[in-house]
Amino acid sequence: MKKILLFVLALVVLSAGVVSAQSSPFKVAIVMPSTINDLSWSQSMYDALTGIQTAMGGADKLEIAYTENMYDVTAAEQAVRDYADQGYNLIIAHGTQYNSFLFNVAADYPNTSFAWGTATDTGESQGLKNIFAYQANAEQGGYVEGVMAAMMSKSGTIGIVGPIPAGDALLYINGFQQGIKATKPSDTILLAYTGGFGDTTAAAQVAKTQIAAGADVLTGSAQQVVGAIDAIQTAGGLWFGTQWDQSGQWPNTVVASQAYDWKPTLTDMISKIQAGTLGGTVYTLTLENKGLIFDYGKVTIPDDVKAAADQAVADIIAGKITVEQDLATPEAVEMTPEAAAATPEATAAATAAS
Amino acid sequence: MTLSAVLIQAIPLTLLFATPFLFAALGEVFVQRSGVLNLGVEGMMLMGAFIGIYVAAPSGLNQGPIIGLLAAMLTGGIMGLAMAFVSVTLQAEQGISGIGFTLFGQGLSSLLFRIMTGGVITADKNAFPAINLPILSSLPTLGKMFFQENILVYVAFALVPISIWVLNQTKWGLQIRACGQNPAAADSMGVNVVRVRYATLIFGGIMAGVAGASLSIAATPIFQENMTAGAGFIAVALVYFGGWSPFRVMLGALLFSIANNLQIWAQLLNVKIAGSVIPPNLLIMVPYVLTIAVLVFARQRRRTEPAALTKPFQRGEN
Amino acid sequence: MKLRLSISDLVIALTPIIAVLLAFVAGAVLLVIVGADPIKAYGSMIDGAFGNQANLLRTLTRATPLLIIAVGICIAFRAGVINIGAEGQVFIGAIAAAAFSLGIGSTLPAPLLAPLTVLTGFIAGAIWGGIPGFLKARFGVNEILSTVMMNEIATQLLLYLLAGPLLDPAEQKSGTLVPQTAQIPNGAWLARLAPPSQVHIGLFIGLVMAVLVYLLLWRTPLGYRIRAVGLNKDASRYAGISVPLYIMLALVLSGGLAGMAGAVELTGINHRVVEGFAVGYGFSGIVVALFGRLHPLGAIPSAFLFGALLVGADRMQRTMQVPSATVTAIEGLVVIFVVSSDFFVRRYTARRKAREVSTVMPEVKPVEATT
Repeated sequence: MKKILLFVLALVVLSAGVVSAQSSPFKVAIVMPSTINDLSWSQSMYDALTGIQTAMGGADKLEIAYTENMYDVTAAEQAVRDYADQGYNLIIAHGTQYNSFLFNVAADYPNTSFAWGTATDTGESQGLKNIFAYQANAEQGGYVEGVMAAMMSKSGTIGIVGPIPAGDALLYINGFQQGIKATKPSDTILLAYTGGFGDTTAAAQVAKTQIAAGADVLTGSAQQVVGAIDAIQTAGGLWFGTQWDQSGQWPNTVVASQAYDWKPTLTDMISKIQAGTLGGTVYTLTLENKGLIFDYGKVTIPDDVKAAADQAVADIIAGKITVEQDLATPEAVEMTPEAAAATPEATAAATAAS
Repeated sequence: MTLSAVLIQAIPLTLLFATPFLFAALGEVFVQRSGVLNLGVEGMMLMGAFIGIYVAAPSGLNQGPIIGLLAAMLTGGIMGLAMAFVSVTLQAEQGISGIGFTLFGQGLSSLLFRIMTGGVITADKNAFPAINLPILSSLPTLGKMFFQENILVYVAFALVPISIWVLNQTKWGLQIRACGQNPAAADSMGVNVVRVRYATLIFGGIMAGVAGASLSIAATPIFQENMTAGAGFIAVALVYFGGWSPFRVMLGALLFSIANNLQIWAQLLNVKIAGSVIPPNLLIMVPYVLTIAVLVFARQRRRTEPAALTKPFQRGEN
Repeated sequence: MKLRLSISDLVIALTPIIAVLLAFVAGAVLLVIVGADPIKAYGSMIDGAFGNQANLLRTLTRATPLLIIAVGICIAFRAGVINIGAEGQVFIGAIAAAAFSLGIGSTLPAPLLAPLTVLTGFIAGAIWGGIPGFLKARFGVNEILSTVMMNEIATQLLLYLLAGPLLDPAEQKSGTLVPQTAQIPNGAWLARLAPPSQVHIGLFIGLVMAVLVYLLLWRTPLGYRIRAVGLNKDASRYAGISVPLYIMLALVLSGGLAGMAGAVELTGINHRVVEGFAVGYGFSGIVVALFGRLHPLGAIPSAFLFGALLVGADRMQRTMQVPSATVTAIEGLVVIFVVSSDFFVRRYTARRKAREVSTVMPEVKPVEATT
């Protein structure tokens, strides 16, 4: 509640600033690697922008322009420069891969503000003063969801559908595994990657294989996970999500989704820019600053699970639990023949899913 | 976990996920046997997948899986017809026109998905359900492995012997093969080469549409932008793997699919080589490497290669 | 005769342009569906690609790797080999070049480092392209199959290297673990021609390669044999040409140029390999080569126009705020319409030939040109 109040307050101050300082709208452009409806990284930022736009009073106050599917870095640089030429106030390069050009562009347009992430470097060491950086400590929410998953899994087998073992997908997955290990060390973790971000079929196949191996709780990240969520829904299992609230489409399957809330970050950036500071800040979404939030579906969460999750959140904030971002090589899964054989229901569910 | 235990679990999923490859590749066998290379399969699969689920799904037109499948077939057929016009009538370079159709299908299916759905669509209760085949499905172990699939899986595998029969035993098959081997001779024997190639391309398009639908309203059953992720190109490659024989194309689809499933298992079980876990990206390569490796060791028979493949036919030429 | 020649040249030049316009007309339907004004959309597209000097330079930048890839594709297709594998060859060339310049190459002086880095890309691409070449020559493995498969293998290999052995130490240290290499040393960077524009001397590398490959294919015995193999394998065999050897050689050179394109994009623009690097370039390169009628010099205007299409389409997406999928679909239409328009060019040239022939031999049947 306090956060919301602060947010509203910030908006009021901000809009006052807008009205008094300039009558033309604040212009934000975003260049992103995937699409505005990717159910993950790109959408989390785009929706935050539109959310702020609504809060600020529409397109007259905040103008948003986007360029999507800019996985080609060369094309992305052209887009960013184009926006800078057109006089946008803030240009968000929403991908780490854009670091190959961002500092050069920022040097060429010292009066334009740039933001990029996942990143921690604002280019200050190179004398740049017009870059914001942002990142999400995805491993924190992953840990909390891992705690819940371990408590809610009946079979003691939990599957993770990963895209590629890198970036914030890996942070989340690493956190999730630590949460499970801390709660039920004996649980079996079944981890597999699809090798891409958009291969829905591969994600479904990985999920169904995990279900066949006895998993009743799954998680995963990237836009491809819709295939996996649908598989675990059909099997009657549970899903934990990240980057985006997935409970809307699968209310009875998605227990919780760690969502990235970029609104406070963006609000702060915009007010800084209007006050004349064009960069220099690194923003990190954490549980503490509520940049990482949990959205719940309609799945009934037992009280002890909720309590354990709250405790984990509190412990992480208090620093009692440190969630590692990088993990050592995983140990081989010890799967006893009994465990493999003891999954007729899961197998039936998996085939029913087909 | 023993290998046999893994295999028992792996077989049903192998069959399920071999199905889209099988549909698309069988269609492509007919297309190539008639002398045309269709590289647009990927785009046709995506269009079939989207239209199929949109017509079938409760949040779409809610017409159920059968009407959805028919819509996917119609969509694929129309794209096949367009490809036929471009590559047969206008004699366009087939490799490039196929890439054009793939781009177009990728773009249009994503676009329609964006404007016609809220960003998520699932076939939900309107997906093809798994069917327990009477008697067979209750066989111990075997029943679970082979006979609890959705109807499209059975259809895909049933189409293999039918395709062999049509290609080798019927007048149609003879005409198709003649058009692929020596269109000028076929023409002089009264075969309408243009019509035959139109027919195979439309059929190939229909099969690609079904392949897409076998994902979106059966196996996965959802739609996401570019969800086929290159499966259409793999299907074309499998036609070469199988040396234009439906039976060996099926073997290829099964090999690719089971290798893919086993590499997932290897990831899940953290299989180690020389004491260290194999990086996931290297395991994901396995089906692709294996497909090439098998061809190296089982020398390809080249005599079935349609001599006129990719060569447009023009009456009076030769 | 002279006049007729110029008219026919005009027809041949105009047909693809008319085809592009027709594709735009068809694409206008899509634009209307997504609620965009087609005239405004195409206006922004043309402006984005050619509107001013900066935009023109953007077009040249995007054309550069496509030109180098397309020139390589010409060699393969001229030898009758359908190389779908440029996509993977680009990745391998880029990652090998990055590894070289970050590793053993990093101690070299700048004048040596940049050319050797580009050369490394060429060699790596040549090896990657040589594998399907060898498999085809030695075992008869179809090149469409092997190159399709090797694209996916290259993608996964790239991801493995980016997230593993070649992961940027800074990413490891900051804990963000984003899959990318470290920035390559300054000495390996290709000079920019007109900063702040991205256009770099890779453009000239592309032009030089186009001329060299033209000379190779049409002015040397080696090139003659490559083309002979593509035209008629049996006749080549009777003429004593080792068909498998030249097929393999064509794929080696084709892959080498694709790998070089990857290295040029790395050293000229991005200065590091990231996840998603040069995705789609390989397929665009094939289209460019075929639009250029598989002629290395034809690839020059073709790459320029395709670069313009990409830059203009990006601008259109930006200006009109339409989903990027609209742009993909329109690009598909352009490809389909242009490749179809060839029919009318062929028919026209064939008629003309027939007319010329008929003045000598009135009885001869009209002959259609073959592709």
